[in-house]
Amino acid sequence: MTTIAVVSAGLSERSSTRLLAGKLASAVQDSLPHKASVEMVDLREHAHDVINALLTGVPTGALGGLVRTVADADALIAVTPVFNASYSGLFKSFFDILETDSLAGKHVLMGATGGTERHSLVLEHALRPMFAYLRAVVVPTAVYAATSDWGGASGLEKRIALAGKELADLLAHRAPSAKPDRYANVTPFAELLGGLRK
Amino acid sequence: MQFGLFTVGDVTTDPTTGRTPSEAERIKSMVAIAFKAEEVGLDVFATGEHHNPPFVPSSPTTMLGYIAARTEKLILSTATTLITTNDPVKIAEDFAMLQHLADGRVDLMLGRGNTGPVYPWFGKDIRDGIDLAIENYHLLHRLWREDVVDWEGRFRTPLHSFTSTPRPLDGKPPFVWHGSIRSPEIAEQAAHYGDGFFANNIFWPKEHFQRLIELYRQRFEHYGHGSADQAIVGLGGHVFMRKNSQDAVREFRPYFDKAPVYGHGPSLEEFTEQTPLTVGSPQEVIDKTLTFREYFGDYQRQLFLLDHAGLPLKTVLEQLDILGEEVLPVLRREFAALRPAHVPAGPVR
Repeated sequence: MTTIAVVSAGLSERSSTRLLAGKLASAVQDSLPHKASVEMVDLREHAHDVINALLTGVPTGALGGLVRTVADADALIAVTPVFNASYSGLFKSFFDILETDSLAGKHVLMGATGGTERHSLVLEHALRPMFAYLRAVVVPTAVYAATSDWGGASGLEKRIALAGKELADLLAHRAPSAKPDRYANVTPFAELLGGLRK
Repeated sequence: MQFGLFTVGDVTTDPTTGRTPSEAERIKSMVAIAFKAEEVGLDVFATGEHHNPPFVPSSPTTMLGYIAARTEKLILSTATTLITTNDPVKIAEDFAMLQHLADGRVDLMLGRGNTGPVYPWFGKDIRDGIDLAIENYHLLHRLWREDVVDWEGRFRTPLHSFTSTPRPLDGKPPFVWHGSIRSPEIAEQAAHYGDGFFANNIFWPKEHFQRLIELYRQRFEHYGHGSADQAIVGLGGHVFMRKNSQDAVREFRPYFDKAPVYGHGPSLEEFTEQTPLTVGSPQEVIDKTLTFREYFGDYQRQLFLLDHAGLPLKTVLEQLDILGEEVLPVLRREFAALRPAHVPAGPVR
């Protein structure tokens, strides 16, 4: 089955970041022709483990499992609050501890939340370059939700639906990704040595 | 099964006194710890190799030669010898020389080294780490087994009609372990040669190492060196003991909290729960060490890290007394009773 990992870096309980992440996940599911399983990762609950992993290299607690969940998922929805004109430190730190190439080729939908509309280009100027560097395939529509978007006719629901459909369309046209297993598919020794002879 | 110590050789300020040992003191402490290891009945002393402060052991065979002269049974080893940045010719010569001086009580563990700048300091590139390990060991393996070697490779000046001297003692090269914490390629390399594989599991959750060791065992069998459960596996361990568990925790906590590797990170409780670190009574050390066999199968070498994070020499020597008196006899008995007859008790040169 298609799996979608949803990473939310919201800091308060019932944060608007978490709310946006949930709505984006629902929008993708609504547009998909088949069922998908969704794994929510609330970074707030694992903040200490994230810092420990940065300091020691050891993914303590549940973090080891979450890192694998994200690496193995067919798609990623990543949502951060905007702090000081960029993603939050916790959001960036989580992506800093992923194994190299974890996001390579992965379909990603980005979201961000902030107090005012003025920060909306953070998605284009901070998040998109990071995911490009990580070689993810990011859908064109990224969804920014300012506080005021949650009331009135802001078009937020429309943007969420559009972004969800973009990710769903990508997912619908590809089989669930094979998870490469470094341990099961080790390069035979003759090849390791032979490669040096060329 | 063999039991021993491995040391990093860090010069670290004692957080409880603020005192920092000199390099001379630290080096002399390391050899004092090695002598004590023999005295309390341990089998192996292994030193790290580092080329940057705050670490002192840059010249392992010099240190091991000194220890060899003043011990009789102890196996002198390394954890690790840098197969990437050392010249394999020099490794071949240094360790063959040590073999002769130590009457054969020598083996070594090869590792890549994860300190980035060391590579350029020695004219290498960390991105070639795996390739360097593969090619350099291929040459080292030949230098110890062929009297005259012709060689051309990617990383080293060619050799023509070269003989590495002295030849290995009695024509038998030292036993080699390949250490890795995350590279299937190194497990594959160890399996191909029928060498030992050392998984320094002290910082990582066990699931990761179960896969790495299982891969090594399967490939060891694939290459015809024996059945998977006969592959030669070594593991790390990390302990601090006092008679009462609470005393051990109270005394070790200030060292843990400021230790260079994990200090200011997870709590001592989190770390002991999730990694092989045991801070407690000798019985707790026995219990935890025996679980390694359940996770990884019968294995041949257990190395403990005791002297780091600024612990004073006196404390480390006390730890060795406890290890020798209360832990070692029980572990030897228990592991021997559990090990099937067809599984080797230790590495064979």
